[in-house]
Amino acid sequence: MFANWPLLSILIWLPILGAIPVLLAGDRRPDTARLLALVVAALTFFISLGILSGFDQSSAAMQLQENHVWIETLNVRYHLGVDGISVALVLLTTFTSVLVIILGWGSVDEKVSQYMAAMLVLEGLMVGVFCAMDALLFYVFFEGMLIPMFILIGVWGGARRVYATLKFFIYTFFGSIFMLVGLIYLYFKTGSFELATLAQVALSGKEQAWLFFAFLIAFAVKVPMWPVHTWLPDAHVEAPTGGSVVLAAIMLKIGGYGFIRFSLPITPDASTEYAWVVIAMSLIAVVYVGYVALVQEDMKKLIAYSSIAHMGFVTLGVFISLALARGGNATGAAVGIQGAMVQMISHGFISGAMFASVGVLYDRMHTRMIRDYGGVVNTMPRFATFFVLFAMANCGLPGTSGFVGEFWVILAAFQSNALVGALAAFTLIIGAAYTLWLVKRVIFGEVANDNVAALTDMNARETFVLATLAVAVLLFGLWPAPLGNLMDAPIAELVKHIVISKGA
Amino acid sequence: MISLTDILTLLPESFLTVAICALLLLDVFLRPAQRSITHYLAIAILGVTGWLVLQHYGTPTAFGGMFVRDGIADVLKIFALLTTALVFVYARPYLRDRGLFVGEYYVLCLFAVLGMMLLVSAGSLVIVYLGLELLALSSYALVALNRDSQLSSEAAMKYFVLGALASGMLLYGMSMIYGATGTLDLNKIHAAAALSSQRGMLLFGVVFVVVGIAFKFGAAPFHMWLPDVYQGAPTAVTVFIGSAPKLAAFGMAYRMLESGLGSVGPHWQQMLAVLAVLSLAIGNIAAIMQSNLKRMLAYSTISHVGFLFLGLVNGQPAGYAAAMFYAVSYALTATAAFGMILLLSRAGFEAEEISDFKGLNQRAPWYALLMALTLFSLAGVPPLFGFFGKFLVLKAAVDAGQVWLAIVGAVFAIIGIYYYLRVVKVMYFDDADDAAAIAKPADAPMRTVISVNALALLVLGLTWGPLYGWCAKALGIAP
Repeated sequence: MFANWPLLSILIWLPILGAIPVLLAGDRRPDTARLLALVVAALTFFISLGILSGFDQSSAAMQLQENHVWIETLNVRYHLGVDGISVALVLLTTFTSVLVIILGWGSVDEKVSQYMAAMLVLEGLMVGVFCAMDALLFYVFFEGMLIPMFILIGVWGGARRVYATLKFFIYTFFGSIFMLVGLIYLYFKTGSFELATLAQVALSGKEQAWLFFAFLIAFAVKVPMWPVHTWLPDAHVEAPTGGSVVLAAIMLKIGGYGFIRFSLPITPDASTEYAWVVIAMSLIAVVYVGYVALVQEDMKKLIAYSSIAHMGFVTLGVFISLALARGGNATGAAVGIQGAMVQMISHGFISGAMFASVGVLYDRMHTRMIRDYGGVVNTMPRFATFFVLFAMANCGLPGTSGFVGEFWVILAAFQSNALVGALAAFTLIIGAAYTLWLVKRVIFGEVANDNVAALTDMNARETFVLATLAVAVLLFGLWPAPLGNLMDAPIAELVKHIVISKGA
Repeated sequence: MISLTDILTLLPESFLTVAICALLLLDVFLRPAQRSITHYLAIAILGVTGWLVLQHYGTPTAFGGMFVRDGIADVLKIFALLTTALVFVYARPYLRDRGLFVGEYYVLCLFAVLGMMLLVSAGSLVIVYLGLELLALSSYALVALNRDSQLSSEAAMKYFVLGALASGMLLYGMSMIYGATGTLDLNKIHAAAALSSQRGMLLFGVVFVVVGIAFKFGAAPFHMWLPDVYQGAPTAVTVFIGSAPKLAAFGMAYRMLESGLGSVGPHWQQMLAVLAVLSLAIGNIAAIMQSNLKRMLAYSTISHVGFLFLGLVNGQPAGYAAAMFYAVSYALTATAAFGMILLLSRAGFEAEEISDFKGLNQRAPWYALLMALTLFSLAGVPPLFGFFGKFLVLKAAVDAGQVWLAIVGAVFAIIGIYYYLRVVKVMYFDDADDAAAIAKPADAPMRTVISVNALALLVLGLTWGPLYGWCAKALGIAP
């Protein structure tokens, strides 16, 4: 039924245009705004499921392509398309957005229509990032995202929101503008912004190195990797719950996606040559940032640092695979990238769920400090059940989605270098330490104070959000095959591509 | 010999001249209460002139090549007329509230427009100078429009003295060029410059011409007049001198540097590269410290001139097309930005400090949104119009092999983003001192037009192809 629709355009523009009526509902009719936003987000999600109906999983080609001239004089195209990698992330985006709208239903009661509208615009732009096949179009979505997020953190955030949101914006802008110069240089070489063309163009080692570092700055800030990660804890702590969830669940993934779409195919030789840089940065993220997480006193900050550590696995998996691929181990390379992708999707669910859980507590206690909690299980048993499940997933417990990705990445790492593998595996222990210690201090033990004693358990809305996420976490943990199958073909193709040197 | 075709070619300018004189006469007979007639007539004059420009009566050149009518002149004239019309709409409530609603404002602005039209169509050094002085003298008088204001008078004096100095420099440079090439005709200069035996004198002249152009643009280090004039002039005048003359300045740079001195391009390109870097640095860094929005926008103008120069440095049609696109996008965005200041000012309240915008989102969410769009466009964040101008000039710099220049531009774009975001922050994240909704501002035409203007920045950002195509076609780039 969806075969002839411009499905991807609908997914991008429906939420963006849907934001207009939401905005028009105005602040005086918050319930109308909430309902409209939910309808738009839910509709977008259902339509996004339509992608799967005609999608050929065995093909590595870009599907559902829409290719129109945008700027004729410069051969810039409005070119959309998805392969398995994009589909997974698009679905993650539309799925998470529905939950975020529902989460914001109760926790946001100021300027509701603006909040909902900003969320919808953000959703559309994020979908656009994952669908764009033209580098300039990608860049426009990539940067455009900053505006609604800037507003979201700045208006609905916590006490230091202005500092956090300015830092977020300037950091990300700083990263990406060098990518723009790099893309212009590529255009100068090829006369096109088509990603497919850019992936084919021959580049000398020096050119590749410059481009590689231009891309690295852009995506490393976005992921974020150590040492450019410092904006993330601030942004997370100050962002409203919905903003945190979107940031952790989707926006960070754009960095990882960028590595897979830009760095690897366009600069394979430089990526191989400098893979050690990224691998070193990833291992520092995984180990050092893990320790930093251990000492946090603010729950959101702890989860933010844990996000950085988990995203370290993603970059590790992507770049470890280069050495494997060049060494002739295509299967191992595929496992590494596959692991990185599964880790991204799974981290989307888990970190989203963790931030949503903290949001549930924050709405009741208005504090995120761990020391203000203790014994929550006694007053909120239902909440505690979910929280413990997500915490376990965050440690990478087998049976949850958190395990699958990390396991695959470690598997690939061991094939490349036992030391790297060992260090990566070591992090599972740190991860368990900070997560379980968090659970112990917040959830278990005696009721710590009167405020905790007065807590009421989750309402239906909150339960629905967390339960949905719990189902996703368990589903992909026990049965990751559908996700794997979806991405198999494009990853195999990518591995084939990166083996071939582009040196001119 | 003046022929009929010459007159026909010059019809838009001739019509404008006659119409201005008629308007001046008519205005004398109007009572103050009837001043709106002048206002609407002035807009109508701009409209008719624009229509005449598009009719292309006559021949591509007139008066033996002194006057050139080509695609570039068309684009620049149309947008100069358009932005001036916007300025008139935005300025009316402001002028009326302050007792400055006089016919002279319109007449002087229209004369300045006439100067711009001549400047961008100049085929000879004489016409360049004629157009420039017509524009400049009208501007000096406009800045001093509010003669009771000490600040305005000071700004006007500063503008006049420095402007006269720059004109002198330009004239001196022109005389050198004339001495070296023996002609005032720009095309002939182009041919003669390549062969001139007086190369030293010629290049000496080029330096002075570049200084004169840099002054008119307000490029660092010739920018000293700009912040004072922007701040000191009544906002209704600032909005005018901050927008349309930038288009004319581009036209002048193109005529002088490309049409006239294209054959010594590498020399002036180096000078412009230095000016670009200085403008980017001084404009962006000084803007951070400003608390007065008009002054901040003045420094931001300096940085935008730096970006525009990145396009000129390229020295190829694609580079000029990029610079022209940048000038158009800047003119439209600056009109909206100053227009917002006009919109929020009332009698006795100027709304020109950044802190005056505090909590605007609580008080008038729609205008806060429009202002945010404008600021993001100035900052160059996609998908807004301003980003694509920046993209094109960065591309021009890379195409010219000046990747380092593009990187410098990129770095200063990052620094620049901070002060624009600071205004957005003030509007959205700070609480208003007085949370009451703002009294319905200004008059209906202004509210509508400024909404259209600001939304156009978003729409043109999504559909900038045709406009760029027009600019590219004007410079003879085939699609």
